[in-house]
Amino acid sequence: MAIATELQGPDLREPKGWRRTQNRIATVLMVLSFILVIIPLGFVLFTVIAKGASVISWTWLTSGPIPPNVAPADVGGIGPAVLGTILITGWATLMAVPLGILGAVYINEYGGRGPLAAVVRFMADVMTGVPSIVMGLFIFSIWVLHFGYSGFAGALALGCLMLPIVIRSTEEMLKLVPNSLREGSYALGATKSRVTVTVVLPAAIGGIVSGALLAVARAAGETAPLLFTILTVSAVNPNVFSGPNTSLPSQIFVNASSPFVGAQARGWGAALTLVAIAFILMVVARFVTARFTRYSR
Amino acid sequence: MTVAAKAGPATPAGPAASPLTERRPLGDRTFQIVALASGLLVLVILVLIAVSTSQQASSWFTSQGWKIFSTTWNPTNGQYGALPFIYGTAVTAVIALVMAVPVSVGIALLLTEVVPYRWSRPIVYVIDLLAVVPSVVWGLWGILVFAPWIQHIYASIGSGVNGIPVLGSLFGPPTSGASFFTAGIILAFMITPIVTSLSREVIATVPAIDKEGAYALGATRLEMIRGAVWPHSQGGVVGAVLLGLGRAMGETIAAALVIGSSATITSHLFAPGYNMPSVIANEFGEATGIQRAALMGLGVLLFVFTIIVNIIARGIVDRSARRKRGA
Repeated sequence: MAIATELQGPDLREPKGWRRTQNRIATVLMVLSFILVIIPLGFVLFTVIAKGASVISWTWLTSGPIPPNVAPADVGGIGPAVLGTILITGWATLMAVPLGILGAVYINEYGGRGPLAAVVRFMADVMTGVPSIVMGLFIFSIWVLHFGYSGFAGALALGCLMLPIVIRSTEEMLKLVPNSLREGSYALGATKSRVTVTVVLPAAIGGIVSGALLAVARAAGETAPLLFTILTVSAVNPNVFSGPNTSLPSQIFVNASSPFVGAQARGWGAALTLVAIAFILMVVARFVTARFTRYSR
Repeated sequence: MTVAAKAGPATPAGPAASPLTERRPLGDRTFQIVALASGLLVLVILVLIAVSTSQQASSWFTSQGWKIFSTTWNPTNGQYGALPFIYGTAVTAVIALVMAVPVSVGIALLLTEVVPYRWSRPIVYVIDLLAVVPSVVWGLWGILVFAPWIQHIYASIGSGVNGIPVLGSLFGPPTSGASFFTAGIILAFMITPIVTSLSREVIATVPAIDKEGAYALGATRLEMIRGAVWPHSQGGVVGAVLLGLGRAMGETIAAALVIGSSATITSHLFAPGYNMPSVIANEFGEATGIQRAALMGLGVLLFVFTIIVNIIARGIVDRSARRKRGA
């Protein structure tokens, strides 16, 4: 009897009136902020696909040289830019990823809680915030002024950009490797370098690779560090070490400010190619994370 | 005999020194040195950036003196004042933050406090996708699609507020599709992912017991966020916002395409302007002599500003993370 009357009384679990309304408004605002982000993203992706898809074909992606801006959309291709992006990003990856992994090994395996490791970690964080255009100016003043424009100069600038990202993502992954693995290997008599190379790094390889892929995705889309390091030329240049080069992002930058319809169409096509590359790298990174990560937070 | 000889070194009393006093193998020490060098590379690069760019910029400082902070940038007359660009950088970054921060914190709260786990993952994917769109693609879209479209909105707002004291001077005519405000909006899109993900990390560290306590006292979700989540994550969110500020200040290519490229200081947010990274991107290629030095000097200023903002931000984020670990 008593229970029945209690159930018929006011429901104490649900707040009434103004408090409830406020709470609802807050929830609606949160959902709204997400929608506010989806709309421009949807617009950008839609426009890039709608305007870029008609331009792209295999011959367009591989043939060159890139036609002048006045040429209509169906002439020529952007092969040089595709090749340039692959070569420059590839060289940047070859430099930044091993060094970044070693730097993270120092911070996590050797530096430990020491002050130097803390400084390096902090400065790697700070370095991720250095604007990409400053990296371009930096490589211009230490490399281009002495050795001239080249794809390699661009790779150096992109490498500087990737290095701190790789260090921080690798370090996060190394932190997750349980200490018992290290101790077990030491107990077997292994040296520290051997433990690191054969036990710790393989245990964290999934996360390291996916972090590196995300760094590559970020670098492949960067324009600012390349503007004054590779220039932007229309002819193909397979030699990374000498002569100006070109890349997809710098090609888009040039075409975006052009009034010619053909140039703009090529810009959209290049943009779709670039977004697709970045998107594929992101998906592969996710796959690697899901498939090969042994230790996660 | 052979057995004893083989076993000899392994026994503690054997002729070989104990492994603890033995010198580590050469390979092991080399590896440590290489790792240390890679770690130090970060410091070396940062110092080299500061030194080499300052060196290239020195003729700007020596030839202009304090006029480097004048309000006129006119290369044909040999006037290289940095103030229009510093002003533009500040204005666009503030516009970007004003728009991006509430949205980012809103999404972070949505992800951590409102939606169930199986819904939060797709939302995170979408935010990551936003981060994957390259700067130059935002710029291309901004200048060819967004600016022509939003110009009509600017024009109608501009004619609407014309003559009203403060609003008129902020949003009144003349308006242009490529302007401070357009650049601010595009920058807002671009910094939203980083501010969201950092805020989310900070908010996720709020102890469940605090939140449950608030609910147990009868708080609504909003009251719980105000009472339990916010005091705990305030510092970290401020750090995340500052990191967003650093990004907004340094983001180059998108801004270079949509800001309008006009070195003027004006209160009109819908008028074309310029900021530090975009003037470097647009003019450095053709610049020589003092102009090149001046643009390099703008790079130095930009480097110094972003480094300061980042050091403060990282300090705040690290401190709030440490406090959490200690608690």
